[in-house]
Amino acid sequence: MGLTGIQIYKLLPQTNCKECGDPTCLAFAMKLAAGKAELDKCPYVSEESKAKLSEASAPPIRDVTLGQGDAAWKVGGETVKYRHEKTFVNPTAIVVALSNEQSADDVDTQLKYLNEQSFERVGKILAPNWAFLWDQKKDQASFLDLVKKVGGATEKGIIVSSEDVATLKAAAEALKGKKFAIHPVTKDNADDLIAFAKEVGAVPVAQGDTLEDLAAVGEKIVAAGLKEALLDTGWKGIRETVTANIAIRRAALDKKFRPLGFPTIAFPCAMTQDVELQATYAALLIDKYAGAVVVSTLDPAVTYPLLVNRLNIYTDPQRPMTMDQGIYEINNPGPDSPVIVTTNFALTYFVVSAEVEASRVPTWLLIMDTEGMSVLTAWSAGKFVADAIAPFVKKSGITEKVNHRKLIIPGYVAQISGELQEELGEGWEVVIGTREAADIPKFLKDYVGQ
Amino acid sequence: MAFEFPKDKYNGKIVEVTIGAGDKARTVGGETAMPLCNFEGEFPNRPLVAMEVYDKAEVCETWAPACKEPFADVMGDAVAWAKKCVEEFGAEAICLQLASTDPNGMNTPAEEAAELAKKVAEAIPVPLIVWGCENDEKDAETLAKVAEVCAGMNLVIGPAKEGNYKKIGGAAIGYDHVVVQQTPIDVNMAKQLNILLNNLGVPMTKILMDPQMGALGYGIEYCYTVMERDRLTGLKQGDEKMQSPLILDVGKYTWKTKEASVSVDEEPAWGEAKVRGVLWETVSAVDVLAAGADILILRHPDSVRILKKIIDELMA
Repeated sequence: MGLTGIQIYKLLPQTNCKECGDPTCLAFAMKLAAGKAELDKCPYVSEESKAKLSEASAPPIRDVTLGQGDAAWKVGGETVKYRHEKTFVNPTAIVVALSNEQSADDVDTQLKYLNEQSFERVGKILAPNWAFLWDQKKDQASFLDLVKKVGGATEKGIIVSSEDVATLKAAAEALKGKKFAIHPVTKDNADDLIAFAKEVGAVPVAQGDTLEDLAAVGEKIVAAGLKEALLDTGWKGIRETVTANIAIRRAALDKKFRPLGFPTIAFPCAMTQDVELQATYAALLIDKYAGAVVVSTLDPAVTYPLLVNRLNIYTDPQRPMTMDQGIYEINNPGPDSPVIVTTNFALTYFVVSAEVEASRVPTWLLIMDTEGMSVLTAWSAGKFVADAIAPFVKKSGITEKVNHRKLIIPGYVAQISGELQEELGEGWEVVIGTREAADIPKFLKDYVGQ
Repeated sequence: MAFEFPKDKYNGKIVEVTIGAGDKARTVGGETAMPLCNFEGEFPNRPLVAMEVYDKAEVCETWAPACKEPFADVMGDAVAWAKKCVEEFGAEAICLQLASTDPNGMNTPAEEAAELAKKVAEAIPVPLIVWGCENDEKDAETLAKVAEVCAGMNLVIGPAKEGNYKKIGGAAIGYDHVVVQQTPIDVNMAKQLNILLNNLGVPMTKILMDPQMGALGYGIEYCYTVMERDRLTGLKQGDEKMQSPLILDVGKYTWKTKEASVSVDEEPAWGEAKVRGVLWETVSAVDVLAAGADILILRHPDSVRILKKIIDELMA
């Protein structure tokens, strides 16, 4: 990133040996600049050039993965400040704080949430990601019990936190073979812990009360050649934390300031014990660049809104959200229940399904693939028109589920009803529905009341 | 280690708009930097937290129990409801939702709605926002009547849309009120409607902009991003037609979602209904606050408490 093909070419041997598979060093350099080739393909590049090139090609904010296999979760790697510029790519980790001051029952409850809780939305599975294990009691024995318990119970990411370096090292030993992080790495213990993190393959979580202190630790992490780290800006209030997140994002992106070129971790759990306030802080931190947010509970009433907020903020702003094409059953429909057809734009689906649900009228909802376009857009693009809708409806399988042949269409495409009737053929009746979703409950109640 | 905080530069300022008259007047806007960037600009006015009051009890029949409970003693009496919001729950403004004027519903006449608006405005010590039923024709009629009956009170009336801005804007000029203009999540359309209102004679100091709320899980990301773009256009590009304070109708849009309102019996995996509902509202609200909201219209008293606390901390 940042270097042009010509700049890269100057760092290559310029011998045109072709061993990389490209005819010339310049051609290879161009591919490198475009991110279409790996530097490893060149057997003769000098160590010095390698270092310069890898430095220049490193992303401005590194990414960090904790956890193993399918349970691994990656954060960081962001390249923009505003989501309209380019998508936010690696969604904030939702992290639960567990400590050796907590009762075993509490820990078990939260651990169960961490491992088992998930919500499905727009075809995506939403779930919490990591555990933050805190030696709050400053007691090695009980902390190691907690670490072993959690380590034995989950493949999700774990961060171990103790002010005592010996305790941290013992905890790391207990997590051998896992991808975990150690916290806090401060200016006082940085040399020791960074070397240790490198040795055991742990991710250091730098902590600093000021951005200067944090950058000093970050600089040592970069100097040690570690590619993964998290930044903790200190357990302060919401304003200081949001401000620090903005400062770090700008320093990393605008100034390419490497010591702060890592994802952040924020601690709403340390800001308040009021669960609703805490979750609202967490939402704000998801908006404002946090790589991870640590909360004190994964109660579903808290995690569900947070996970949906994360999904929304990290959605690609260029691509509409879509639903899978098919038949959706709402309020347990039967053979006499009405059939509504609409497009697969997720917002259309959400609004329509919410109103159908609110009506309490058992209904079949046919969602047709219109490439994520809303009703009017899909109609004008020729995707939600009679000769497309008719075959979709007939092949959808709905005719095997209902004993009538009435199809309700959105009011906005009333003009296609005649043509659709013709396309569907004998026996079908096209009914014009409402223009606005808000009018659906009344419409459905009147419709089934007839 | 030396670290320099990279500061942004701006070329514009959000217009300061005063709502309410006399002792009740409050001012919003005036920011010279992007939201949450107090370290590099002026934020002379706190974002206001307004609470919803509905004109008739019948239009609240389908509300979640968590929302009915705090207002059980005042539903159906908008004046008492408004006073309770201010006195007990700390509302900094009241938004009277004239939902019963909807011609597809109870179709309350404009005159009756306007008389109610006047009574509420007189009874409370904070500014009043009067919101129509979002039927273009009826709102034009109702809000024009509200403007006339409440002449000189400097209420906020809206939403004025492409289809009815002339009548609502005209009434606002004639009787000295502030207009909320609403466009569907689009920077250019928002700008265009401001230009049309200006041409009509409504000055920028009398306009608030509603970028069209989308609830959490129902398009809030579109709303969030269009608000950021509105602000960038006004502050970075210095576009004077895009410097209106932003007002968001959060409560109505969030509480009508299934996620906010369904009982735990129906969705056992979603957790306790009241906490979930309040969070659906506060998360939606904090999102739009982070994107630049100057007035938040909320429903639940707990949401009001949480947002006021966060605004206190962010503005401290």
